[in-house]
Amino acid sequence: MAENEAMEQQQTLPPNPEKATLEGRNKYLGFWFFLGGETVLFGSLFGTYLGLRSGVLDGPGPADLFHLDLVFIMTMILLTSSLTSVFAVINMKRGNYKGLLIWMWATVALGVAFLVFEIYEFYEYYHQGLGFSTSAFASAFYTLVGTHGAHVLFGVLWITTLLIRYRKSGLTLTNAPKFYTAVLYWHFIDVVWVFIFTVVYLLGIGG
Amino acid sequence: MSSHVDPSAPLQGEPTKNTQRKLKKEMRTQLVSFVLMIFITSMAFLSIASDAIPSGFAIPFILLLAAIQVTLQLYFFMHMNEKGTAWVNIMIWSGLFIAVLTVAALMLLIGVVKY
Repeated sequence: MAENEAMEQQQTLPPNPEKATLEGRNKYLGFWFFLGGETVLFGSLFGTYLGLRSGVLDGPGPADLFHLDLVFIMTMILLTSSLTSVFAVINMKRGNYKGLLIWMWATVALGVAFLVFEIYEFYEYYHQGLGFSTSAFASAFYTLVGTHGAHVLFGVLWITTLLIRYRKSGLTLTNAPKFYTAVLYWHFIDVVWVFIFTVVYLLGIGG
Repeated sequence: MSSHVDPSAPLQGEPTKNTQRKLKKEMRTQLVSFVLMIFITSMAFLSIASDAIPSGFAIPFILLLAAIQVTLQLYFFMHMNEKGTAWVNIMIWSGLFIAVLTVAALMLLIGVVKY
């Protein structure tokens, strides 16, 4: 009897499956609390970079290194990956689990493409004489942009783990908040990148 | 919803008509904000790449564009414009407030003293 009931139990799709349970609401709120803290973390790295960016010693400076075309491509990749994760959430609310998975995989692919460009970029700079301890500018630059890159890497691994673990489960009240917070994290990475391309790259070339 | 909820049961059924209408509208809003963000980003890159724009104008201009773009991200992509996000707004804005103070303090303390 009890088994039959368990078999027949079905959940109907709520309008916001990520916030339908107390656990989901707590995850959502707690994650924003974490993002508030991340803002301060990146704030201190930006402050350090802005304070130290003219300390280039004998090494290459921002204007010698940065290329607008590469940064533009990276920006467009990350911006598009933000849009694909928006599509994923819209598909989740429609109850289209397959759509959610496909758009999340697209987000992961774009994130990996971004990382490849960033590794290429750092490799190039290293071969142009910008080691981590070459100058104050070099250390501040690698720490700021590298911390952002580490966030992208973590986001890629996080979303991939979710996608593999829940590849067959269908949308549930357990995994909806997990996908939703991962998407919030991904948008936050894009928010930080907006400041990086403006403050580090554009000001480095034009200011 | 029954008092006992099995959170691992696959969610069944379609969203209500009302929700579907909302999602359709949201899709449009999100696409518009994406196009706006692409436009803003291109403007920022162009104003630095072009020699015709003096840097005295370009620097405040790209900082303004960055602020607009981040607001679009937070309020549309991250849904901070929706109801029930009061705490979310408080957390992010306090984070930004402290971050701005940190950036200003570090810039002045390290930058002015050393260089």
